[in-house]
Amino acid sequence: MRPGFLIYALATMALLSYALYQGMMVAPTERTMGEIQRIFYYHVPSAWTAFLCFIANFLASIAYLVRRNPKADAFAVTTAEVGVVFTTVVLITGPLWAKPVWGIWWTWDARLTTTLVLWLIYVSYLMFRRFSTGQQTATLAAALAIFGFIDVPIVYMSIRWWRTQHPKPVIAGGAGSGIDPEMWSALLWNLAAFVAFAGLLIWVRYRLERTRQQIDELHALQALASTEGTLTR
Amino acid sequence: MSNLYLAYAATWIIHIVYILFLSRKAARLRAEVKELER
Amino acid sequence: MSDLASLTGSNLAKDLRLEWRSKDALNAMLFFALLVAVIFSFSFDPTAEESRQIAGGLIWVAFLFAAIVALNQAWARELRNQVLDAYRVSPAPANALFLGKALGNFIFISVIELLLAPLFVVFYNLRSIGPGYQLVIVAALGTWALVVNGTFFAALSLRTRSREVMLPLLLFPISIPALLGMVEGTTAILTGESSPRLWISLLLVYDVVFTTICLLLFETVLHAE
Repeated sequence: MRPGFLIYALATMALLSYALYQGMMVAPTERTMGEIQRIFYYHVPSAWTAFLCFIANFLASIAYLVRRNPKADAFAVTTAEVGVVFTTVVLITGPLWAKPVWGIWWTWDARLTTTLVLWLIYVSYLMFRRFSTGQQTATLAAALAIFGFIDVPIVYMSIRWWRTQHPKPVIAGGAGSGIDPEMWSALLWNLAAFVAFAGLLIWVRYRLERTRQQIDELHALQALASTEGTLTR
Repeated sequence: MSNLYLAYAATWIIHIVYILFLSRKAARLRAEVKELER
Repeated sequence: MSDLASLTGSNLAKDLRLEWRSKDALNAMLFFALLVAVIFSFSFDPTAEESRQIAGGLIWVAFLFAAIVALNQAWARELRNQVLDAYRVSPAPANALFLGKALGNFIFISVIELLLAPLFVVFYNLRSIGPGYQLVIVAALGTWALVVNGTFFAALSLRTRSREVMLPLLLFPISIPALLGMVEGTTAILTGESSPRLWISLLLVYDVVFTTICLLLFETVLHAE
């Protein structure tokens, strides 16, 4: 394991621990919801981190279509996977927070529903990549990624409108309403920690993908060599 | 209140599962590289 | 530009002619949508009042499934006869192929909708409270939304395993805003409780955005196959 990676990993662990301390101990208890509100410090940073991953996936996909650089493709699949992992965290922590606070596991409010659709879109992207045969998976996947990403704001708007047509029971203190300045600190520490952690995952996954690409290239060259009898460049 | 700990635990379980998935992938790739080097 | 238009036209004409001769896909889609309508009637047994509330959703889910049946074999003929390879080496603009195919699908599915709509009216004792012509606008915009993305994703899925499953898998999540627009718009018109204008604008925006993206990316996808 490279020394740079080890240092980064240790720093990330430290950051995560400190952020946990901030979230659990330092941040004040919320007035109406109580301790359960601390889920916030994991739920919201995970959502923002996931979204950063998907932005990265969008940019990498465009870059791939323009340059056809395999590194861009490796980065695309990496950020999509890590993004899905963080989105899964959001979708699990959300209902765990909602049940005691709102009394219901799920509600079709704009944010939670958009997150679900986001998860569906990128899982379908990953499934497409897995099921696709042939040499051009990267190009096709990049096109799909562009569709998916551009759809997200449209999804959000459409669900917002849908929800205002069918107003839900008034919920006191939705996830993200009125943040106490003392809570900002815990939130930002956790954001920094999770972005660093995402970076760690991306680093590892990217290296794995590059290895996979290089192995495939070698296989292809071998196949070529075995049919022609000489190794061509 | 226990939901709070459940949520934090769930978060890390999800991340650990992903890390396990990555290490299995890494092991498989290492085996393939070894295969190629023969 | 007129080059594109005339090529699109000839592609479209060819598809329509071929489809009319065999009528295979048309019959399959028609029967499938009918079955869905009947099955839904068993699952939901609404009163006339309720039916106006839920008809929008039921109708569009039925049409969605019928559309998937149609779109799944959208490129089958082209694949069988190596048309895509021919297109790749010809100087013809790829978008003519795409638009011709999409318009053809649009016409097929619209025909299904026109034939089935009276059936739904009968099954659910529907009578629209709002202006009926708006239903046509919602239907047209909504159908195009499904068709344009569906035709594109069908092309994407040509070289994937489980192709028939891959298409709805890709299409459904991305179509959610359009589905919302169709269902809510139809419900708004049928119940007369609110204006469908919001939903029609949503569908319009969706159609413009995704038609543009499809046209920009189809050439890339065609050459990638």
